[in-house]
Amino acid sequence: MKWGLLLLTLSNFLFAADAQFSGKRDLNTSAIIMFLLFVVATLGITYWAAKRTKTAKDFYTAGGGITGFQNGLAIAGDYMSAASFLGISGLVYLKGFDGLIYSIGFLVGWPIILFLVAEQLRNLGKYTFSDVASYRLKQTPIRTLAAFGSLATVALYLIAQMVGAGQLIQILFGLPYEYAVIMVGILMILYVTFGGMLATTWVQIIKAVLLLSGASFMAIMIMYKVGFSFENLFAQAVEIKKTVAILAPGGLVSDPISAVSLGIALMFGTAGLPHILMRFFTVSDAKEARKSVFFATGFIGYFYILTFIIGFGAIVLLSADPQYLDAVKGGIIGGGNMAAIHTAHAIGGNIFLGFISAVAFATILAVVSGLTLAGASAVSHDLYANVFARGRVDEVTEMKVSKYSTIALGIVAIILGIAFEKQNIAFMVGLAFAIAASSNFPILFLSMFWGKLTTKGAVWGGSLGLLTAIVLVVLSKAVWVDILGNKTAIYAYGNPAIFSVTIAFVGIWLFSIMDKSEDAKAEMAAYEHQFIRSQTGIGAEGASSH
Amino acid sequence: MSQNVYDRVKANPKYTELVEKRSSFAWKLSAVMLVVYYAFILVIAFSPTSFAQKIGSGVTTIGIPIGFAVIIIAFVLTGIYTQRANGEFDDLTNQIKEDIRSEK
Repeated sequence: MKWGLLLLTLSNFLFAADAQFSGKRDLNTSAIIMFLLFVVATLGITYWAAKRTKTAKDFYTAGGGITGFQNGLAIAGDYMSAASFLGISGLVYLKGFDGLIYSIGFLVGWPIILFLVAEQLRNLGKYTFSDVASYRLKQTPIRTLAAFGSLATVALYLIAQMVGAGQLIQILFGLPYEYAVIMVGILMILYVTFGGMLATTWVQIIKAVLLLSGASFMAIMIMYKVGFSFENLFAQAVEIKKTVAILAPGGLVSDPISAVSLGIALMFGTAGLPHILMRFFTVSDAKEARKSVFFATGFIGYFYILTFIIGFGAIVLLSADPQYLDAVKGGIIGGGNMAAIHTAHAIGGNIFLGFISAVAFATILAVVSGLTLAGASAVSHDLYANVFARGRVDEVTEMKVSKYSTIALGIVAIILGIAFEKQNIAFMVGLAFAIAASSNFPILFLSMFWGKLTTKGAVWGGSLGLLTAIVLVVLSKAVWVDILGNKTAIYAYGNPAIFSVTIAFVGIWLFSIMDKSEDAKAEMAAYEHQFIRSQTGIGAEGASSH
Repeated sequence: MSQNVYDRVKANPKYTELVEKRSSFAWKLSAVMLVVYYAFILVIAFSPTSFAQKIGSGVTTIGIPIGFAVIIIAFVLTGIYTQRANGEFDDLTNQIKEDIRSEK
């Protein structure tokens, strides 16, 4: 009943908006139909998942019964965000090789996660990575800090997704940006509130399959047009851009400090993203956790090679065709982020444009759902259940809190999405990574591998890392100049990670070794048990029976 | 889990073997990934023109296949680790668990 009403409203919304703004673009029936199909299917899944989501474990981890292959696809789904698909193919379209630098940075964190984090995380944790960080440390301060680290990361990442959604729907349907963002917010609230992790996981899996198929088709068609020769593709792009600079490192990473800083942020940031870390609790054991990363790395790496081809394909296919060019502002209509969308039209006309638009929109929906679930878990499981109620709370109440948090986060995401309309979305995600790398990752990593870590060390070092990352982001060009309107940035490098990650690690080390309290001794003594469990899985959380 | 179980795991030589083998393998593979990636990034930072060299007579630069190679190396490394961990390391872990159970 509820679902039917929603769909009705949604379709009215789309068609009405289209009629209203039809001057902007022709009615794209195939896009609307495919998008509605996706919404109907995912709401169906949400309904199915809602009936199976009874306990807190179901809500946070889908009962722990997801297989390694499924989780690998879902992780890839989480990671192949709209920012990756639209942002990176757009970056390749604008800057060529530099887009590849970004992609590679996003990918190389994965092997590190597998070798050092994944199975330990699975063996020690329950619902969130804070479970692991606070395993032998004091619950209240560690969980509070970890929750703030999570929420900061989630908020930045959400903004990037919301902006992508708004731009996409604006150009596709001519629907006003604000309406699009609100619609995404409402759908994501529905998925997460009713279907929990089970619905979120399946939305991710479906979206990952659709996105990989769509992007593969685009890349194959582009390669077909250039006779399956990379040399031809690049040669044509160079001819159009009238410079060979697009085939070599350019201005994106202009100085050594920015380059290394970006590398640190992307590599260690991946291992500190709460929505990604949370995915490791959805599988039954360490074996499946490893398989998840193996499959995820394969899918993500393959996807990045596709976005590179699509970006160059966009240069070749769009630059000479006036229907894609913005006569007033120059460049392509809607800016670089729309390169993949226009390329889809150039390849397969309105039908394929509809398919790719629907997929890109589905991508945004899936990713924001995963993010919102992670954010809501930080509020309900960490802040509410373990800090505020000190563990004395029943599951029903905790789940209720997580659902309210989901709704609140959805509303915040809508507001922030509207406020940040004009920002470059690939850059935004970079900032989210810096914070994840500077606070979440150092605490998580040292809690698992350094026996002398104490609560005091983790709290001081982690807070300093978080603070440094945020302050440097505010002082950097993206906020200080582009948003606050100042003339020059106080922090000259693109990314804060090189300083903030170092400060976090040094801070944690220094405050831990200075901590001579009795509590600290007890925390160090507890490391041995923790280490045995992290290595063998003895005593770890299993999958639930159903 | 009781103190007793942890003590027995710790005393089991297979546990020491597992931790040593796995740790050294994991750190070695991590080092490979870090070296490959930072070599890539540092070339871009200090000597971007090295990646701008053309392959043969065409326009394609060596930076592009090198970039693709970094992606493929990352995937291959996860495969190598998963293969060994899901076989050898899990077998060892299961033997430890079996030993603990039979000692009871």
